[in-house]
Amino acid sequence: MNKVREFFNQGGLLLFVLGRIIAGIPIVLALSVLVFLATQALPGDAAVAYLTNTATPERLEAIREQLHLNDPIWQQYTRWAWDALHLDFGMTLTGESTVNELLSERIKNTLILMATSGIVAMPLSILIGVIAAVRRGKAFDNISSVITLIFAAIPEFVVAIIIIFVLATNVFQIFPAISFLDPGTLAWSEPMSLVLPTLTLVLAVTPYVSRIMRGSMIEVMESEYIQMARLKGLSERTVILRHALPNAIAPTIQVIALQLAWLAGGVVVVEAVFAYPGIGTIMIESVKGQDLPVVQAITLMIATLYVTLNILADIGTILTTPRLRTKYARKNDNSDVFAAMGGDE
Amino acid sequence: MSKNLKPKSQLRVLLAQTFKERLAKIGGVIVFAILALVLFGPFFAPYAFDEFIDMPNAPRSSTLLLGADDLGRDVFSRFLNGGRSIIGLSFISTVLGVGLGLLIGLFAASAKQRTDSLIMRFNDILLAFPQIVFVLLVVSGFGSSIFLIALAVGFTHAPRTARIIRAAAAEVMERDFIKAAIAVGEKRHRIILSELLPNVTSPLLVEFGLRMTYSIGLVAAVSFLGLGLQPPAADWGLMINENRGAVTVQPWGVLTPIAAIALFTIGVNFITDSFAKVAIGIDRKGKE
Repeated sequence: MNKVREFFNQGGLLLFVLGRIIAGIPIVLALSVLVFLATQALPGDAAVAYLTNTATPERLEAIREQLHLNDPIWQQYTRWAWDALHLDFGMTLTGESTVNELLSERIKNTLILMATSGIVAMPLSILIGVIAAVRRGKAFDNISSVITLIFAAIPEFVVAIIIIFVLATNVFQIFPAISFLDPGTLAWSEPMSLVLPTLTLVLAVTPYVSRIMRGSMIEVMESEYIQMARLKGLSERTVILRHALPNAIAPTIQVIALQLAWLAGGVVVVEAVFAYPGIGTIMIESVKGQDLPVVQAITLMIATLYVTLNILADIGTILTTPRLRTKYARKNDNSDVFAAMGGDE
Repeated sequence: MSKNLKPKSQLRVLLAQTFKERLAKIGGVIVFAILALVLFGPFFAPYAFDEFIDMPNAPRSSTLLLGADDLGRDVFSRFLNGGRSIIGLSFISTVLGVGLGLLIGLFAASAKQRTDSLIMRFNDILLAFPQIVFVLLVVSGFGSSIFLIALAVGFTHAPRTARIIRAAAAEVMERDFIKAAIAVGEKRHRIILSELLPNVTSPLLVEFGLRMTYSIGLVAAVSFLGLGLQPPAADWGLMINENRGAVTVQPWGVLTPIAAIALFTIGVNFITDSFAKVAIGIDRKGKE
């Protein structure tokens, strides 16, 4: 920890971190423009959707006025973006509640699902990757290689259906196929409802991280300093856990962050399969009902989460890679790191 | 000049080597079998895909090989007909997306540094949308039509492919023969087409295989969610959705499309992975 503080004190690194965060702002701004435009091309009219069957020309005009649909598009955008900046996404199209009321519980449930999946998947992938690397070419390596290749290929909603078939309906009936949750309760009050969605997401991300971890670990195990550690007479266990593992994890951080970010999108379909009460399920419902304020809000949140995770990954990589750490502590230029970090994922 | 001949023969050698790998052989057989099923299956369907022939969820019998679906239609006939839409749409979106990504990647790599980084920054912005989320966003804004879905899926592939191709092409740009070509005054499009393109075929093919498996997942998911092909169409994604409710009574309406989708993606991935190992020699990084 002292080392970390030391580098922050040197200034360059702090500048890099700040620069990276500031670079995220125009990206999020551009995202909001894209989200807004993608939902404005609708041939129909929000006012029609809003009133459905009760639309008369006069009422339509009144609603258009009320929703500011007659304003020029850039005014509509700035109004929406300004409110979104204050985390106010307006009313849902049905007008029964605000988008915030609708989403607040569900965001928590989605974050719970993402967190449990990440917490299970990451140590598991690292473990599989390390064992496969240490036993390179042996049975565990070969079998895990084929299994990860299989699970990397199958679409996650198909995995979800297979899991339901095996663990919830046809073969065994251990877990519920659908997450029954009372409105207003959080997912961890019904842990059983979390098991299958978590398992699905774990199976979706583990293959990627474990394969990268294996490759990174093999590279480290062949390095000179590991040979040195062995020659010093350290036990294989110490060599692997103390010397190889920490160095092998650093290059994997980008992939871990990428997979965590992927989870933000992956939950959408998986939640829908299990009727899990998160933002994914509500997004599908809103897409079907063309409830644009909700779709806009969720899309913007997921994309912003993605950008945030990428920034954290860049910072994490710098902090765990001594070579880069010294480089950015020394010179305050971070223009090419931006490219180097993002360029080869 | 060997430049026109060499890449082609190299590719042939790489493919031959790929199919020496056991996994690639298994994958090849699976992919070939599913493609044959998709292409010729409909001719062997005993009933029309939208014909009502028995009680809903009727069990297997001598006339109904796999029983009836949720509305009493022949599961086997619907299964035989249901692959064309998903495989076809996936293929179209993959070709469009990888093609567009290839163009952007090659253009960026051969452009001036400022143009290059401008394109790639914009690319980064598009990458922030998970693919399924972007497709859903488009569907919510434009309504659901299968061609729109193929376009949207393809469009989400493009920035991801562009990044891979740009990285590969940027390495090629550093090589002497490119410098020589520039020095000789070759036109930009000539350099892109006859110098860069032949030298990125390996990452391009890996990308194509990878994107094909993702396309299938996305197209099938959209149909499964009820936002793609509409009833009474026979489509594997839609079939899973329709027959899910009665899976304990009549599992075949779910199992057959599930098995076909899973096997096809596994097959494609086996081939892609073997080719990546032979041609590039490294494991691929995470999915986006």
